[in-house]
Amino acid sequence: MNINGSDLIKACSAIGAGLAVIAGIGPGVGQGIAAGHGASAVGRNPGAQGKIMATMLLGQAVAETTGLYGLLVAMLLLFVQPLS
Amino acid sequence: MNQAILLSSSNQNIDFMVHGLTKFKLFGQTIYITTTHVCVFIVMMVLLIFSIVAHVKLKKAEDVPKGFQNVVEFIVELLNMMVNGSMGRWAPKFVNYISTLFIFILFSNISGLLGLRPPTADYGTTFALGIMTFILIHFNQFKHQSGKQIWTDMCSPLPPWLPIWFPINLISEIAVPISLSLRLFANILSGTVMMALVYGLLTAVAKIWPAALHVYFDLFSGAIQTYVFCMLTMTYIAQACESEE
Repeated sequence: MNINGSDLIKACSAIGAGLAVIAGIGPGVGQGIAAGHGASAVGRNPGAQGKIMATMLLGQAVAETTGLYGLLVAMLLLFVQPLS
Repeated sequence: MNQAILLSSSNQNIDFMVHGLTKFKLFGQTIYITTTHVCVFIVMMVLLIFSIVAHVKLKKAEDVPKGFQNVVEFIVELLNMMVNGSMGRWAPKFVNYISTLFIFILFSNISGLLGLRPPTADYGTTFALGIMTFILIHFNQFKHQSGKQIWTDMCSPLPPWLPIWFPINLISEIAVPISLSLRLFANILSGTVMMALVYGLLTAVAKIWPAALHVYFDLFSGAIQTYVFCMLTMTYIAQACESEE
């Protein structure tokens, strides 16, 4: 079995893509915190559920962005292959 | 077309890329007509036919709405409420643009249900929308605020005669349309990729349950991202319109 340079680069790109999506940890924690605080806010003031829901979803979507950047890096490494 | 290095080894045909359908030469450049163009055209046609029918129907509107008129009034009231809720007194000027944006992005996102490749899963589409937001923000900023105030804002944590923070604020201004468009693009693209993986790799067992995934990835995620895009656009524009005195 002989491995040449381009095979090595492809394998390392796959490993790099796997490492890049570790970025999903941060948004997961952030969205969980936002959802938890949203739930406690609804518990305190059930009348404002609509506004709390809208604010929570907006904040979660903004927090999601960093995780999506990790996803994009992984997609670029896998499908565009800028290094090979 | 670069195939996936992990997926090209399997025999199943996994396809979620943008494909060029035909190409032509313009000023020495080769321009492709891609699947995105076709899907945008289909979405546009559907919206155009819907709006023409709504226009004709509302020509002879009744006092007590029923049927189709009910649906149209419901949509318009919902969008009006959303724009009024977050833009306040600037709402009447922007409600048409934001509503158009909302309906277009929503239809683009859920067109994955109809077998199209969602047009918003192409960075060209979402970047165009982001650029439009960027232009609106800065047009309204120059219209409603004085040059001195804009300069003070750009040097914001430090006094205006010490523009050390100016480059950093400039980068954060330029990052607005990029992050806005990348957020929409990456969400829809991830949904498309997940569905393609389910259908391509689990062909034997993908019978009925992918419908639940469609509800999440296409309907829920698409609607949330539409809402977020429009909400952020409105927030930025309203912020640019406010002059502080």
